[in-house]
Amino acid sequence: MNNKSENFASMKRKQRIGNAFCYALLVLISVIWLFPFVGLLLQSFRSYATEYGGMVNYLVPKNFSLDNYRFLFTGETNFLRWYGNTVVIAIFVSIGQTIFVLCVSYALSRMRFKGRDFLMRFWLILGMFPGFLTLICLYFLLKQMGLTQAGAVPGLILVAVASSGMGYYVCKGYFDTLPMALDEAARLDGASRARIFFELTIPLAKPIIIYTALVAFMAPWCDFIMASYIAFGHDSSYNVAVAMQRWVFTNDYQGYFTRFCAGGVLVAVPVTLLFMFLQKYYVEGVTGGAVKG
Amino acid sequence: MEKKTNPVVSGVKFLGNDLREIGTTFKEGDWKTRLSYLIMGFGPLSRGQLVKGLSYLLMEVLFFVYMVCFGWKYFSKFTTLGTVETTKQHRVTVYGDNSFLILLFGLLTIIAVLALIFLWRLNVAENRKEELLLKSGKTLPSNKKVLGSLLDANFDKTLLALPVTGVFVFTVLPILFMICVAFTNYDANHQSPTNLFTWVGLDNFANLLNFGSSGFALTFFKVLGWTLVWALFATFTSYFLGMAVAILINKKGIRFKKLWRTILVMTIAVPQFVSLLYISKMFAADGLVNSYLMKWGWIRTAIPFWTDANLARVMIILINIWIGIPYMMLIATGLLMNIPEDMYESARIDGASPFAMFRYITLPYMLFVTGPFLLTQFTGNLNNFNVIYLLTQGKPQSIALSDNAGQTDLLVTWLYKMTVNDTNYKMAAVIGIMVFIVTAVISLVVYGMLPSVKSEEDFQ
Repeated sequence: MNNKSENFASMKRKQRIGNAFCYALLVLISVIWLFPFVGLLLQSFRSYATEYGGMVNYLVPKNFSLDNYRFLFTGETNFLRWYGNTVVIAIFVSIGQTIFVLCVSYALSRMRFKGRDFLMRFWLILGMFPGFLTLICLYFLLKQMGLTQAGAVPGLILVAVASSGMGYYVCKGYFDTLPMALDEAARLDGASRARIFFELTIPLAKPIIIYTALVAFMAPWCDFIMASYIAFGHDSSYNVAVAMQRWVFTNDYQGYFTRFCAGGVLVAVPVTLLFMFLQKYYVEGVTGGAVKG
Repeated sequence: MEKKTNPVVSGVKFLGNDLREIGTTFKEGDWKTRLSYLIMGFGPLSRGQLVKGLSYLLMEVLFFVYMVCFGWKYFSKFTTLGTVETTKQHRVTVYGDNSFLILLFGLLTIIAVLALIFLWRLNVAENRKEELLLKSGKTLPSNKKVLGSLLDANFDKTLLALPVTGVFVFTVLPILFMICVAFTNYDANHQSPTNLFTWVGLDNFANLLNFGSSGFALTFFKVLGWTLVWALFATFTSYFLGMAVAILINKKGIRFKKLWRTILVMTIAVPQFVSLLYISKMFAADGLVNSYLMKWGWIRTAIPFWTDANLARVMIILINIWIGIPYMMLIATGLLMNIPEDMYESARIDGASPFAMFRYITLPYMLFVTGPFLLTQFTGNLNNFNVIYLLTQGKPQSIALSDNAGQTDLLVTWLYKMTVNDTNYKMAAVIGIMVFIVTAVISLVVYGMLPSVKSEEDFQ
């Protein structure tokens, strides 16, 4: 009896030491993962006027100021325009891609038609070509339509939405898990395919719709390759990524580093909040996609 | 299991049958059917099938309008890609042929011709179907019904029309175009519209495999080697460490699980161009890390995080772990919960150590379930543009590599540089084809070896 309780106590102690170790590890991980964001935020408050906007050898600014944020909003640059462009692109791409992906997923998951296997295999092969291979060709196609430089915003939306049907995998995987019996019952009751799609499948697919829209919404914030190529040299058609990466890369922008940080904070905060708010759906989509491949 | 048949033989057989059917349709058909061979959709139109007949007719008219006004002009020069140079006469530029447009619209014309042949065949089959239906005493479906089927039995066509067109115009056509460019001399010296470019056969591929000082081979294989090493490390470090972190957070007795997860997930939420650019500056020579290490007196001179090739490579892989762990953690968290708890319970009673439990229970299950995911991660990493470009832009440069390739360049970032900086489109196209071949070969080989593929149906 005595022996047993002693055993129990030692086990508990062992567990407590193990847990303490785990907590230490988790805290360390958290510090590493959060450090860049904390740094970004802190440095965005360093003043361009009283200190220096470039690289310095300390993290916490000596005086906190909102200089950099003021700079972005007072119209010295097109920052508000860039931000607006990005929001517009993100919203339209999100809507367009979601519609395309839903259409393709329903057709491929629910219907069996001639050429279905061919289409899936063909698109799979197409996906193995690197995306940037076709950069110049896309540029000339858009130029023929007048959608470069000044028209870059609708051009970028068009490019992003047009080929998005190929990204149907996660959504189709989700549709595959919805029982076929539901569709069959509705068809026996005389519902057409279109009615089933709009009134049965789409309401059931809410999580995957949110996932698709969220992922599509986040991508344009990062897009600087396609955007810089298509908007080339036309400042007011830039998105935030294209415009602000200059502040880090190019030497002409010495001292713009803290301004980049401020802009980065303004970009990151709303996107991150939205993401955190819809995190549940993201996790569901990502996990489902990983398992079904 | 599929029967093994010779694809050539079955293809010829198929074609033979098809031709015979076209013949019988003509022989047994009435005059309406026979006229449809010339005027598409005439048969359905004269039998009252307005919707079908008109669409066939419209397609044929559109095709000829396209050919006459547009297509033929370009297609006729397709074999040379243009011969008339752009010249300057009295300070006025007189534009000659535009090789770019000739190639692009020449391809479009070829596709249009193939599409018309396909439609023509459908048109013949439609006539046959209608005749047989009428002969057997049935009536043809009303036009309203034909249109209505687009929302029911033929709903797939309605749904897929726009997405397939979009993919065709913005992916298929550009890819075909770039494949053709790989067989031309389209580069900085042959830029349309000022200069012509033309077909050069396999010259560019010969250049790619030329190990001489003017050839691409040395650089190509070095970049390819790093691309593969990178993809391997990037995939597996994130995979195992992400799983480890998921297990750590899932561990019994650990509190604030949601908090830890949320902190990690921040990396996914914040746009990479913000976080990665910031990190790349953090490790710059005048960045935070170096300046603090110097201030504390740990180092004298800045650590060359981005200027030393090997260090830069290690850094990229390490920072990619920072990106990769959260994704894997999310996925693993969901999957780990699927493993029945009593398996661990009985293992514990048998006296298994935590490591043994991981090795013999967790890992086999995870590898089985996430096999296809690992494969897509690997091919995704082969083409992982953002991480490399935002951190190093492929730098440091080196004289050991030709054509502006940097020491940390992947094939895709090199391809991008060739397109944008050097306008060396022909070699960019060749590299693009090589990336495709590498991706396709790896996918095919690995996919066949995955254990979960063989029992794919179990999951559906």
